[in-house]
Amino acid sequence: MMFHYLLRRLFLLSFVFVALTVFAFSLGYLFPGDVLGNFTGLRNISPAEEIVLRQQLGLDQSYWQQYIYFNQRILDGNWALSFSSQQNVLDEIINVMPATLELASYALLLSLIVGIPLGIVAAVRKDKWLDKLISGLALVGYSIPIFWWALLLIMVFSLTLGWLPTSGRLSVLYEIPTMSGFMLPDILLSQVPYREEALVDAIRHLLLPALVLATYPTTVMIRFTRESMLDVLEQNYIKTARAKGLTRLQVLYTHGLRNALLPVTRQVGLQFSTLITLAMITEVIFSWPGIGSWLIDGIYQRNFPAIQGGLLVVSSLVIAVNMFTEILHTMLNPLARKF
Amino acid sequence: MKKLRLYYEEYNKGPFTLLWKHFTQQHFAFFGFITLLLLLLLALLTPFLTPHDPYLQNSQLLLVPPSWQNSGLVSYPLGTDDLGRDLMSRLMLGTSYTFGLAILAVLGSLIVGVILGALSGMSKGVKSSVFNHLLDLALTIPSLLLAIVIVAVLGPGLMNTIWAIMLALLPQFVHGVRNAIQQQLKQDYVTAYRLDGASQRQLLLFVIFPNIWEQLVLMFTMALSTAVLDIAALGFLSIGAQSPTAEWGSMIADSLDSIYLAPWTVALPGLMIFITVLAVNLVGDGIRVAMKKRREN
Repeated sequence: MMFHYLLRRLFLLSFVFVALTVFAFSLGYLFPGDVLGNFTGLRNISPAEEIVLRQQLGLDQSYWQQYIYFNQRILDGNWALSFSSQQNVLDEIINVMPATLELASYALLLSLIVGIPLGIVAAVRKDKWLDKLISGLALVGYSIPIFWWALLLIMVFSLTLGWLPTSGRLSVLYEIPTMSGFMLPDILLSQVPYREEALVDAIRHLLLPALVLATYPTTVMIRFTRESMLDVLEQNYIKTARAKGLTRLQVLYTHGLRNALLPVTRQVGLQFSTLITLAMITEVIFSWPGIGSWLIDGIYQRNFPAIQGGLLVVSSLVIAVNMFTEILHTMLNPLARKF
Repeated sequence: MKKLRLYYEEYNKGPFTLLWKHFTQQHFAFFGFITLLLLLLLALLTPFLTPHDPYLQNSQLLLVPPSWQNSGLVSYPLGTDDLGRDLMSRLMLGTSYTFGLAILAVLGSLIVGVILGALSGMSKGVKSSVFNHLLDLALTIPSLLLAIVIVAVLGPGLMNTIWAIMLALLPQFVHGVRNAIQQQLKQDYVTAYRLDGASQRQLLLFVIFPNIWEQLVLMFTMALSTAVLDIAALGFLSIGAQSPTAEWGSMIADSLDSIYLAPWTVALPGLMIFITVLAVNLVGDGIRVAMKKRREN
């Protein structure tokens, strides 16, 4: 049965990917400028080259054929060149992606660690002052525009107090060889003499962006966990458990938490797309060298191949995460299995 | 005032009155509602209310601090920016850009979403399934990325990003409307109408819609807060509203250079965005709680 379900998900996934590549392919025609340039990323193409390239891309053949060629190029890793640097877009994305993933995963982790317990506490103490405080703070965090919040924190912690740096991932003093692209593991794995100082410096750089980025998901987690917990606490099986003589904590742990946290797993997947949007804004503000600032630079420079490639990679990532959490949710929750 | 009751009678309030009663009992939510009404009024009447021309540059009065500071001027209550433009007038005009356009964007998206959601909710089988999966795709593209792609195709500008925001909001409306309709279709009273011979169209217009409009309002508020934040964020990144436009997000971006000298030019537009979104969220939460309380009673 589970196999059947997975097969159906896989079919859906391939369908979504086909739609995504069709969209990305059509952008080659929709973007202003020359179609040949948009697909290859080359500039100043000589007439002789143009004939060869047209042949390669199949531009004289049907759209259908061109689309197939386009997919072949994507699968071969033979992506278009970036207009600004004339390097393969895929290589550039692989360079900048880890920085975004690192920032986003720390923020997500922070939001889970802080958000879920606070949500549970708020639900248990419903309508008491603690609940009101937590819910109020969550509402404030939920409403604050992220770029303004980032600027406020920079004003306080960097400009006034001078505690934390405002931009980049690591001070230029330290040179860390790139292995995985993730800064903290890279530092730990490296053999440089200034490892500890570099680690402290990296964490200081990470602190503000991660805090800013974590604010919104944390508040979503608080609100969602609280709602979900309140729903569960109203159920009859909770009353039964209480009537059987279990203590409050036992009921909460064995019956409440498991059921309340189920929808939360799904929420993580649904929030991922918002998280990426917010990560892009955070990166621009803190000059974090990730895919967000890379894409925003791409739009300033009218770098169409970069936007096309970024769309493909980021959307695939979000789709994959969505699908993964949905499957996880189905595996964990028997009620969600509609076979 | 309590109604005088001479004799016992069955006294049922309408669902809307009940909802309103539960809503006004929550003071914060009601406060948010009043704030929203004021903002809406401001957005509509801005051209008549601004004390100065929002775009008039005055080189004599650069970076005048707000009037509560010693060097401030009474005629410029919130000070001026780095080009000597009156900040208060710009903030007022910004209401109609950031908040007013957000309302229009959400309304447009809601109308399309209701039509598509109704079509998808009333249909079954492969058609509905394919449609949903296409929507899921749109749902997964982050809104900022969608805006970037649309700006790349159409060029930067406030109106172009409005399309992106409408498009990004659409899937959640269609999903929401569809789920709400399918929930209602399971109810007994809908079956009763069906047995009476109501057509699909009649069912939708006279039976289902009157019962889901509160959920539509709820979706509207949730989308509105997203839309305000998105418009401001795109303005801040200079992808949306372009420089001289008095849109709150782009005002913050414009004043970033003078953040040391004149922190109020950055702080005040952000505060306006924050207040607007907070008010919208307070109203949204208030409606949700009121609906829940009404169901419980």
